[in-house]
Amino acid sequence: MNKMPVIEIKDVSKSFKEIEAVKNLTLTIYEGEYVALLGPNGAGKTTLIEMIEGLQKPDAGTIRILGMNWKEHEQKLHQKIGLSLQETKFIDKITTKETLDLFGSFYGLRPARTEEILELVNLTEKRKAYTNQLSGGQRQRLAIGIALLNNPRVLLLDEPTTGLDPGARREVWKILEKLRTDFKTTMILTTHYMEEAEVLCERILIMDKGEFIAAGTLPELNARYGEGDLIEITFDQNFDIGASDLPGVKRLNWVNAHTKAEVFVDNIAEVLPSIIESTRHSNIRITALTSRKMTLDDLFISMTGRHLTDA
Amino acid sequence: MNTSLYQLTLTNFRVFFREPAILFWATLFPIIMAWVLGIAFSGKGESVKTVYVIGREIPGKLSGEKEFGENTGNPSKIKFRKASEEEAVKAIKQGVIAMYLEIAGDSVIYHFDPVNPEAQLTHLIIERGLQGPQDSDNKTSIKPLRAKGTRYIDFLVPGLIALGIMNSCIWGVGWSLIETRMKKLLRRMIATPMKKSRFLSSYMITRVMLGGFETLLLLLFTRLYFGTEITGSIAAFVAVFLAGIFAFSGIAILIASRTAKTEVANGLVNLVTLPMMILSGIFFNYHNFPDWALPVIQALPLTLLADSIRAVFIEAAGFTEILKAVAILSTTGLVTFAIGLRMFKWY
Repeated sequence: MNKMPVIEIKDVSKSFKEIEAVKNLTLTIYEGEYVALLGPNGAGKTTLIEMIEGLQKPDAGTIRILGMNWKEHEQKLHQKIGLSLQETKFIDKITTKETLDLFGSFYGLRPARTEEILELVNLTEKRKAYTNQLSGGQRQRLAIGIALLNNPRVLLLDEPTTGLDPGARREVWKILEKLRTDFKTTMILTTHYMEEAEVLCERILIMDKGEFIAAGTLPELNARYGEGDLIEITFDQNFDIGASDLPGVKRLNWVNAHTKAEVFVDNIAEVLPSIIESTRHSNIRITALTSRKMTLDDLFISMTGRHLTDA
Repeated sequence: MNTSLYQLTLTNFRVFFREPAILFWATLFPIIMAWVLGIAFSGKGESVKTVYVIGREIPGKLSGEKEFGENTGNPSKIKFRKASEEEAVKAIKQGVIAMYLEIAGDSVIYHFDPVNPEAQLTHLIIERGLQGPQDSDNKTSIKPLRAKGTRYIDFLVPGLIALGIMNSCIWGVGWSLIETRMKKLLRRMIATPMKKSRFLSSYMITRVMLGGFETLLLLLFTRLYFGTEITGSIAAFVAVFLAGIFAFSGIAILIASRTAKTEVANGLVNLVTLPMMILSGIFFNYHNFPDWALPVIQALPLTLLADSIRAVFIEAAGFTEILKAVAILSTTGLVTFAIGLRMFKWY
């Protein structure tokens, strides 16, 4: 690949009192990439992203963005970066439009830019509403609108959809997907929703206790750490499915001995017919069957023993 | 126009005018205070003192409503009410009356707290009234001070203006900075190319304009209602006003420089404002405090501000008289602003 590196993080560490929030991380992000930092609360995601944003200083290591660093190029970097923080509140009795005008003025933008942003984040109808009258999803879209005011080349979003209902979350995703196709923006977002990482980002970094414990595209992660697809099957009587020596089964896990099994396979479509065939052959009835793709949450559990959404 | 200073100032204005509570406390409250205190202490509406009388037989001159001292030029009305001793003692405790009289045969016994000035005064008035007209050789008389500049309201209005400037700055600048930090909005703003100096200046500009507006309202009201006037130089008043805003904005920025907790903020604000409100002679002259405390009191920013505004209002002071106070207030503003800015926690 001949892509230009946009964010270069090298050997970065940061501690708060006794806690090592970020441990010696190195990461390069290329132009146009959408990268997810996925992990539970306290994994170090916010500390890392805020160091990239220049809001926190690393104890050790270097961070370069578009070839610049915070110490020497603060003003220039502010012009190139757009960001939204975790749970920003706005001034209560100031309208959506006025809030955008205010932030626009910091970048020296024309008021016309406010109208473009209102359209982009789908808040034109709410332009005259005070920010304290906005719903959670609308407020989050306003935060993203502010992040986009200056046409940033680098977008840094800290949990942009936490606390939103699925509908509101999808609306945010739609905006971010449009950005990727229209403006080739480079983005890092932190999240503890694996679905968000899967839908939006081509590269996923799973973080736990200040370290990357896995990194790659979703298929890469699945191939390397996951066990493909998962079939959960229940029989009406004892059946030793393993004795059939079925092709394509990677691992078998009895939930209830000989009646309920988790079957890890490479590909559901290839394995499932032969399982059904073998039960029919032995006159066994299948009482329940579910099958699904391995998710990042399954992956995270298999690596850390905890759920992503655990505190 | 879309410069950041203009937008920031505009935002402060919007917050002020869209929040009815802020509008009330900043503009109407000082006016109501001036009205209530002005009436209570300026003899608008006549005051009648009530004195209880106990005893079996009460002489006619100590019952009903009587006027004493007509011949002195400063008559006082006293209303006598017959009561039991029990009632009288209770009324004293409740502060309804300052003294009561006990009639025992020919003699009149005054019961009152000897250090209560109001009771002392009533005692003298009644005593003198009971003794009848003084010998005509003694040609003393009282000429009531009704001239502008000598009444309580003339003392009060400059104090209220100074207090208004302090409150407007400490709450308007200090509190709103802390709130902005609490909401993480400060952190968000600082992640843009916004200039920190412009951000803080917008608060000062807002205070100058809103403080001016509040002061004008109060001046207009007291002028129309009580006929108060500025006897000194208006330009000198403007100079003191600006120096006051500058001093208290600086103090507010210093107060707001670190904290992000409401409880701490509340405590800090009260720590700074309450002592000055009490000590700085806003409502009553601070010369009642012990002598050793006066140099400290006179050095307080609010005292400096109130005294200088008072000098311009009632002593017809010009620039020379207030120059020292303006210099001290401006320096206070500059120093607190500089320290505050250095300590300021943006993140």
